[in-house]
Amino acid sequence: MLIKQISVFIENRTGRLREITTVLRDAGIDIRAMSVADTTDFGILRLIVDKPEEAQRALANAKMTVSITSVIGIAVSDRPGGLCSALDILFNEGVAVEYCYAFISHASENAHVILRVDNNERAVKALSDAGFQFLSASELYQ
Amino acid sequence: MYWQEELETLDREQLAGIQLKGLQKTVANCYENVPYYREKLSRLGIHPSDIKTLDDVRKLPFTKKSELRDNYPYGLFARPIKEMVRIHGSSGTTGKPTIVGYTRHDLDIWSDCVARVVSAAGATSGDVVQIAFGYGLFTGALGLHQGLEKIGATVIPMSAGNTEKQLMLMEDLGVTGLVATPSYALYLSEVAKQKGIVDRLKLKVGFLGAESCTPEMRAQIEANFGIIATDNYGMSELTGPGVSGECICRDGLHIWEDHFLPEIIDPATGENLPEGSYGELVITPLFKEGLPLLRYRTGDITRLNYAPCPCGRTHVRMDKVCGRSDDMIVIKGVNVFPSQIESVLLTISHIGPHYLLILTRENFMDYLEVQVELCDGTLLERYGELEALRKTIRERLHSVLGLDARVKLVDPNTIERFQGKAKRVVDHRYE
Repeated sequence: MLIKQISVFIENRTGRLREITTVLRDAGIDIRAMSVADTTDFGILRLIVDKPEEAQRALANAKMTVSITSVIGIAVSDRPGGLCSALDILFNEGVAVEYCYAFISHASENAHVILRVDNNERAVKALSDAGFQFLSASELYQ
Repeated sequence: MYWQEELETLDREQLAGIQLKGLQKTVANCYENVPYYREKLSRLGIHPSDIKTLDDVRKLPFTKKSELRDNYPYGLFARPIKEMVRIHGSSGTTGKPTIVGYTRHDLDIWSDCVARVVSAAGATSGDVVQIAFGYGLFTGALGLHQGLEKIGATVIPMSAGNTEKQLMLMEDLGVTGLVATPSYALYLSEVAKQKGIVDRLKLKVGFLGAESCTPEMRAQIEANFGIIATDNYGMSELTGPGVSGECICRDGLHIWEDHFLPEIIDPATGENLPEGSYGELVITPLFKEGLPLLRYRTGDITRLNYAPCPCGRTHVRMDKVCGRSDDMIVIKGVNVFPSQIESVLLTISHIGPHYLLILTRENFMDYLEVQVELCDGTLLERYGELEALRKTIRERLHSVLGLDARVKLVDPNTIERFQGKAKRVVDHRYE
């Protein structure tokens, strides 16, 4: 039910994002989804990749500050209100969303949403009871 | 254990009397026998007869290390070469060494000072002491050598290096005392532990010197060897080791005040600082015939404690040296030593020990930016945690420095590493 997300610290400096993507390219890692947020000094890059452990190792070997965590990936229908219906469920369950980002899949009619919440277990149960489809490891990883 | 009990326990008033006599003699020696000092004092309108009280020392000009270099080799000697019996030199990382010279009287007082230091640390005539400092121009090895011989200890002039042989002799000769730099003592202790010979050694006391020693390092040496280790302090310009040393209370290093007059100054202004303040240690040796120096700026940052010591010695104690004045930066009028910043950063987790200080000036205001490396990924889940880390660093720096710093987290391994003397400050204020 849960998928692995890589977080990388990015110092706010020209070329740093490129250095990270270079490491991933050289390690043969495919990026499935990403999100970058920044403050004035630094940013955190979140990545869903096809080979998370290898990506973590490659980035750590390149002396980057990196961590790996479990997040929820779900499919929502790609129409007005699609994301809202999932968030309604989490809200009613009292689960807080810390951040989320989305990507469109070629393979289906759905949009995919990555959710980082404060309680994975409760979120998964509520979403699954409501009939949401989770992104599976086999869809993301090879 | 005292070497010269009466002198080491003089009451402060008697001590001051001895110091004033020594100061007057030293100023007269400079004025009469060193043309460089005579000219320097005359330019300031100072005559030896102006020194009437101990506080008059403040009228005297400072002496800097560069002046010894400028007068290389014998320019500051106050005695002809035929009266000098020994020459030493400081290593000097660049160019010519700083040459120092001793008359027989100077050597005699110097070895008394070292004898006091080793006695205060517990050494006696029954000890067998191995000296693992490098001999040569450097004052450390011969300084300790003479002092230990003076108290009647058995001295083994092993010199530095050849660790296998060091340990073999320590075991075979029943060595009870070791003179070494803290880093070499630590190395020796670790090899001894690996070889499983610690139990066969009779070592009980270590005399560490010639480089700074952190409490953690000392504790490690003591634990490995099962000994008590004390620090001592000195520099060749002032005589060598023996200027000060720890007694067994190990709460500061006693400066032998009958022979050395210490002051603490603000390194930026040269003003004397109130008792107990941290600042640059300035010392006027009071006994030197061959190379008298007035108010020598050691460049070392410490503070003085005049409170009575439980050991019974009345001589003032200096703290372990906590920085070098050459490293000092002045920000918004506040004196800041990089070592203070380092000590704060070492107490905070998730970040590395390396740092860079960047000084800028905008609208006549100074700004300090401290860059540290974020080394631990566990805080990456929430921005709030990284912001909280920055806030913690900033608050701790503020409580130690009394200054507001901007903290910047940078990628690991992006701050340059240095072998030896680190360059940790980038000052853009005067560009």
